[in-house]
Order: sequence, then structure tokens, then C-alpha cells
Amino acid sequence: METAYLIETIIKIVVVLLVFSALAGIGTYFERKVLAFMQRRLGPMNVGPYGLLQVAADGVKLFTKEDVIPQNVVAPIFKIAPVITAATAFMAAAAIPFLPQFTIFGYTVHPIVADINIGILYILGVMGVGLYGPLLGGMASANKFSLISAARGAAVFISYEVVTGLSILAPIMMVGSLSLIDFNNYQAGGIGDWIIWTQPVAFVLFWIAAFAETGRTPFHLIANDHEIIDGFGTEYSGMRWGLFFIGEYANMFFMSFVIPLLFLGGFGDGSLLGALGLLGKMAFFFFFFLWTRAAWPDVRPDQLMWLCWKVLMPIAVLNILVTAIVLM
Amino acid sequence: MEQFNNRNVSNEYFLVDIEDYPTDGWGKFKRVVKRTFRAELFVGLWVVLREMVKFDIHTVSYPEEKMPIGPRYRAVHEMKRLWESDAERCIGCGLCEKICISNCIRMDTKIDAESRKEVSEYTINLGRCIYCGYCAEVCPELAITHGGEYENASDQREHFIDFKTMLTPLETMKAGTQLEFEGFGAITPHEDERVKKTPLAY
Repeated sequence: METAYLIETIIKIVVVLLVFSALAGIGTYFERKVLAFMQRRLGPMNVGPYGLLQVAADGVKLFTKEDVIPQNVVAPIFKIAPVITAATAFMAAAAIPFLPQFTIFGYTVHPIVADINIGILYILGVMGVGLYGPLLGGMASANKFSLISAARGAAVFISYEVVTGLSILAPIMMVGSLSLIDFNNYQAGGIGDWIIWTQPVAFVLFWIAAFAETGRTPFHLIANDHEIIDGFGTEYSGMRWGLFFIGEYANMFFMSFVIPLLFLGGFGDGSLLGALGLLGKMAFFFFFFLWTRAAWPDVRPDQLMWLCWKVLMPIAVLNILVTAIVLM
Repeated sequence: MEQFNNRNVSNEYFLVDIEDYPTDGWGKFKRVVKRTFRAELFVGLWVVLREMVKFDIHTVSYPEEKMPIGPRYRAVHEMKRLWESDAERCIGCGLCEKICISNCIRMDTKIDAESRKEVSEYTINLGRCIYCGYCAEVCPELAITHGGEYENASDQREHFIDFKTMLTPLETMKAGTQLEFEGFGAITPHEDERVKKTPLAY
């Protein structure tokens, strides 16, 4: 392995980490603002112009807050759980091409940390490992609500992961590759080539499962504030709780990148317009995560499991069958 | 009597039509399909997006903006002065202390040099006061009233206020800007026209 490649990869990792940690903070600002506007409120206004520095104020608060380890918790697991959530969220980013390749000072940069040939499988797998954060954190917390949250997390995880996997199978059969770069190149011809036109069902299923994957509002039952306090986050304070938060928001951003890359043409032919297009699509999907939080009610855990197992999974299997027959 | 018992004053009232719950599997399936494709979720999305675009914000950014409060609002007490002489109106009768249901008013009186009754001590424990307005209502001289000052946060929960702080400052009296309280115990409008001479010729 040559040194240049190593250095380049390390720089890319650092950039991804920094950019998406910052984006996670700014994401909370956007969430507050969008939710406030949709509810005829102003949102944060006092810290900085239009409340823009609220993120910094929250960061200072999280960093300086005492890191409480309650008495009866299983301390090592309790301490490691938030790290799992945040780390797996960022690890999943390794196989996502955020931009098309571009040349800077005569050096071609591929804005993907590692173009592995099992990209989408790796992303789904690592995001799946992220479940251990809420699960272990909830079980180690010595708190009833955290325990309920952990149990819900496990039940919900099994349900939506089936739908995610099965819904993505049909597009994979069409493209014949698991790499997100190959997915992008398959759809590079323009809007007519987007997989959403040939796989609308898979697109909707994957999108629904993405809400369960990131634990956003219609399926926000792992940490449902009005039922089980903050679920697995109840006993956490300070930066450990902040790590859960960063993990959640980073996950939202990465899902917002993965959905357009899979179904909506990604960055297209790799031009500047295509790159901006990918960022625009990402912004829409991220906005949609916030939008649904303002508009939709939460479902019960049993309703989510009913939805995943009895409705979405049969549809996904049918979709695979139909795709296979058509491809033959 | 019957026409008063009939509450259906408007023809617009109607009973909500609630469908029977489905009992068999086919009925449940039909209900699921109907609910799925009625697109109510998108109605919800449209409503919140419409409100966001209209940007009709209802927030009052409190420390900078304040809502107007009514003249009858019962906040921290005030002691009024006489318009004619700028002397305090309180005659030390003790009715407010007596009627106070949370026992938060304490007063002490003494006979002053001109052998008139004078208030020497007067405190209201705002930590106990429930702002019921009885003191203002019972006061025969319209001396103790409620004011509009509701920002009484303090570093001590039991924040006593005394006679001096409640009294209308003399500068306000000189400027003639003392506001009369319009709430409990206040004089009703056009009271002068209804006043009659006390019949002394019994």
C-alpha cells in the first residue's frame, strides 16, 4: 500500500468526520427552525443572529456538563454504548460517494473513503450494528424506561431490517452490483434512467424503512419522549448523550445520501450540476425527515411490527418476484 | 320552558357518523386499504408546509415584546395617594389584613403627633399572596390596589414588599400620572351622578 493512498484516505476520513459532526449540529438547528415555522413559532432566536450560534451554545453545554454514571448501571457497557451509535453511523459513511470525482491541483479526488464492491451491503450492515447503541445502553441503564426502549429497539430492528434488505434486493438484481458507484453509473443517463421509475415500490419501501432505521417520527418509538421519557437516553447526560444525538443526525444525513444514490440518479454524469443535484436531493430527504416530524403521529410498536411483517415484507417479496420474472 | 331546554339552537349541529368496526378479516382488510389510499398523511404534510410558507408567526418574543394586559389585571400591589394633597390614602383601618385569606398582609399603626392614626409598618408577603384581589375590594379608601407589574422574579422566594415601595412616588403625583385601578373595589363609571346627599334630617 503506497503512502499517498494512505494519507489521502486519512484526510478523507478526517474531512468526513468533521463535516458530518458539524452537519449533525447544524441539523439540530434546522430541525428546530423547520419544526418551529411549521408550528407558527420562531424557534431559537437569542443566541447569535437568528439563533445561528445555538449549536455552539448547545455544544458548550454538552461538553461542560457532568458525565453522570448512575449507581446501579453496568458501567463499562453503559459507557461504550453511545460510542457504538456514533462510531457505526460514521463507519457507514465510508462506502458512500458524497460527490462525483473531481480534480484539484491536478490530483483526482474520489470523495468516497473506500469504494468497496459490497458498498450497500456494508452500509446496511454497519447501520444495523448501530442498533447495539440503544440496545446495550438501554439494557445497562438499570432503568425501566430504558429497558422498554431497548426491547422495542430490538423488536423494531428485526422488523425494519427485513424490509430494508428485501426492498433493496430488486434494484440490486437490476444493477448487478452492490457498489454505490455502480448504482450511480447505472442511472447516469439522466432522469429517464433513474431506478425509481422501474422500482417505485422498492423506493417507497426503502424510504419507509429508512424512517425506522433512523428512528424518526412515524417510527420514533425507541426513544419516544411522551411515553418512555427518552428511552435509552434517559440516564445519559453530557457528551455521552450528545454522542447518541450526533449518531442519530449523522445517520439521517447518510440515509438522505443513500436514498438518492440508490433510486434517484445520485450525482448523475459527474458534472457540477450532478453534484449539486445530489446535494439538493439529499437536502430534500433530510427536510422530509423534519417535515414528517411536524405532521405525522407516532405509531405503536405493535403497529410498526404489523406494518413491517404483514404489509411491507409481502409487498417487498412480491416486488422481487415480479422483478425477477421481468428480468428473465 | 321546553324551548329553553332545547339546546339545538343552530341547525348546523349534527351527529358524527361513526362507522361500525369491521368484525371479519375482509372488512379489516378493506379498512386498511381505504385508509392507506385516502392519502390523509399527505393532507397533514400539506397543512404544515402551508403554515411554514405563510410564515404567520404567533410567537411573542417576551423580554422585548410584551402582551398588553387589562387594567383589571391583578399583579403586584400598589398604594395610591390622594389626588388633592399627595398624602397617602391608607387610613390604617386594617380591613385588608383582616380579609386576606392567605394571611400575607401585616400592618401596624400608631397615633402620630397630630393624634391621627398612621401606618407604621405595612408588608405584603408576595410568596404567600394569591392575588385574589380581596384587599383591593375591601379597601374603603381605594388605597391598596393591584398594579400591572407582573415581573416580580427575585432571588428570594419570599419577597416582602413594604409600604414605601408600594406607595406611588411623589414625582408621579406631581406629574399627575397616577393610574386608578379599574378592578375590584374601584368606583364604577359615572358614580358622581348617582351620589346623593346623606339624609341628615331624620
